[in-house]
Amino acid sequence: MTTASTNTQPAERGWYKRNEIAITPWLFLLPAILFFAVYVIMPIAQSFWISFHAWDGLGEKTWVGTANYERLFGIGDQNMDRKFQISFWNNIKWLFLYLLAIPMGLFIALFLNQTVRGIRLYKSLFFFPFVISQVVVGLVFSWFYLPNDGAFDQIVGLFGIDISGGVLGNPNTATYGIIAAGLWPQTAYCMILYLTGLNAVDPEQVEAARLDGAKGWKMLWYVIVPQLKPATFIAFVVTIVGALRSFDFIAVMTNGGPFGSTRVLSFYMFEESLSEFGFRMGYGAAIAVVLFFIMLGFIVYFLWSMYQDEKGAH
Amino acid sequence: MRSIMKTSFAALAAASIAATAAIADGHQLSGDLKITSDMSNPAPRAVMEGLVADFGALHPDLNIELTIVDREAWKTQIRNALSANPPDVVNWYAANRMKPYVDAGLFADISDLWAEEEFAALASTKGAMTLNDAQWGVPYTYYQWGVYYRKDIFEELGLEEPTTWDEEKANCQAILDSGRKCYTIGSKFLWTAGGWFDYINSRTNGYDFHIALASGEIEWTDDRVRQTFANWRELIDMGAFIDDHQTYSWQEALPFMVNGEAASYLMGNFSVAAFREGGLTDDQLDFYQFPVINPDVDFAEDAPTDTFHLTSGAANPEAGKEFLRFVTSADVQTKINSGDALGQLPVNANSSIDDDKFLAEGFEMLSTNAGGGIMQFFDRDFSAEMASVGMEGLQEFMVFPDNLDDILARLEDTRQRIYQ
Repeated sequence: MTTASTNTQPAERGWYKRNEIAITPWLFLLPAILFFAVYVIMPIAQSFWISFHAWDGLGEKTWVGTANYERLFGIGDQNMDRKFQISFWNNIKWLFLYLLAIPMGLFIALFLNQTVRGIRLYKSLFFFPFVISQVVVGLVFSWFYLPNDGAFDQIVGLFGIDISGGVLGNPNTATYGIIAAGLWPQTAYCMILYLTGLNAVDPEQVEAARLDGAKGWKMLWYVIVPQLKPATFIAFVVTIVGALRSFDFIAVMTNGGPFGSTRVLSFYMFEESLSEFGFRMGYGAAIAVVLFFIMLGFIVYFLWSMYQDEKGAH
Repeated sequence: MRSIMKTSFAALAAASIAATAAIADGHQLSGDLKITSDMSNPAPRAVMEGLVADFGALHPDLNIELTIVDREAWKTQIRNALSANPPDVVNWYAANRMKPYVDAGLFADISDLWAEEEFAALASTKGAMTLNDAQWGVPYTYYQWGVYYRKDIFEELGLEEPTTWDEEKANCQAILDSGRKCYTIGSKFLWTAGGWFDYINSRTNGYDFHIALASGEIEWTDDRVRQTFANWRELIDMGAFIDDHQTYSWQEALPFMVNGEAASYLMGNFSVAAFREGGLTDDQLDFYQFPVINPDVDFAEDAPTDTFHLTSGAANPEAGKEFLRFVTSADVQTKINSGDALGQLPVNANSSIDDDKFLAEGFEMLSTNAGGGIMQFFDRDFSAEMASVGMEGLQEFMVFPDNLDDILARLEDTRQRIYQ
């Protein structure tokens, strides 16, 4: 240090000065990398590690190799874990049906994208379900769905439909009931994304299209929607992530029941490892790893398409 | 009852003398005592705070730090609380529910306390506190289970408290004919179905069989287990239970009984407070012991015990043990279980029972008419994983009794994996 500070010849600059351009970005990235490594990468690695053990979360871990995965997938002379199967298919249902929030959000946004007296109030009312806690939304819907007394049951009762056990008490309808509850705030979220997107739509292009005689659906599909592509992409990402994270609604509305028919992978993982009766950290970790790979598929796709966009922009 | 009162007054006097004597003995405790409690509901919370204040008054040099955690949250938080920098004393439950913490060495072995003379008065729960031939905690309260029923409805229909299964079914038929349901139940959180299984199974096959099943020694597909479900099914096929019970919590199922749409509820004594709050008077509400199904087996009763434990990482085990002695003493148990405190039963045989008809009847039942044994409840007698899979199966059975074969096969699968 002392030599470096006393030697002030212009030709021989300090080591940092010489490598400034290469190093500075890393210095700025360092805090983020550090936190990302400690709070994201390490836990993922630990989950993988735990998934190869039998562990009650308290005592010593015992190495069991791939036994947890064999039990999940039913490799060998055992049946595939039925709870896992149900959870997996429920996850798929969530993924597809949750995407309905995107077109629904788009149409509400188009509807609200006009200058009427008090439009701000209407917008904020539509946005309201996204602001209130998911737990509250879940509770409200579970009262709405109550058998006999609930509003839903009385409305469908007018058409002579009677769902035995109520929407949430019937294993065939419970998952759909929860997804419908989840769609309410998710639609509001997509709506707000599209509302901001619509502000960026180029009025000149709309004008030009109008001169060319485009209107109605054609205008929407060929002129507006392509310009909303960035908003659609974000709406798609948050909806997929939201569907895979669907935990609070299930915990509040059915607690995984009736008879485990509304579990999804994240809820099953929680139940196995962290809930009141869950002392199977290894098995829970194995479920988490499977969920991780499902998510990884989407994440890779998102990253790839963002990368493509960046490349196109250059 | 009266004799219990008398002895307990004597015990109270003796204990207060003993307490002053203890201080005089130079039994002085100092330092910190950290207690984490799950008694978070208003009445239990006041009890816990009172306990700490009284104990602190006895040991003025001791600095007691009390943390009260939400009762439901504690069921999952206890793991973290015990593994790093644990408090000295914690609340938990008896029987198999303490096994994970005993196996992991997180609860301290307090067999030496149990060897003391005063602990003879707690002998009735010693079994429930014993694992691996040692004792791991002390009981502070318990409560009976049984059938709480609408006395006015029974009188209106001219029904008597049933003592046999045939009478139970005949009563139920009469109630159904009057346009009501026999039993209310809310099985959304599963455990209420566990109560029904405990009773029907122990009445059908006896206490020993029930406990053997709980410890994984008997197959779920055994014919005797099937007999239990066949008995249960008789009620289900009659339409005895309220509809859509899988969507209700136990509290949400209360209005059916309060409004007179259902006549009875198989529940723990803690429900009495809720019934009274709902507006039922003691003239409308009464209690009977679950009737005999198989006359060859003795009565076994669900009476879950709540407990205190010394942790193995306790910084001040001396003070912790003294606190355990304190909460198990006869006068303290009398005080904390009285009607204006917990409103439950004291475990100490020298304590007195509060003058409440349900407590008196429950105590009478447990002390004279539970010769088969005391069960801790489905989710405490069965191991954690078996309990959660089991209760889910029981709920499914109550809604779709035709799925029984599939349910039993699933439970058997689980049993073989857990107890292999």
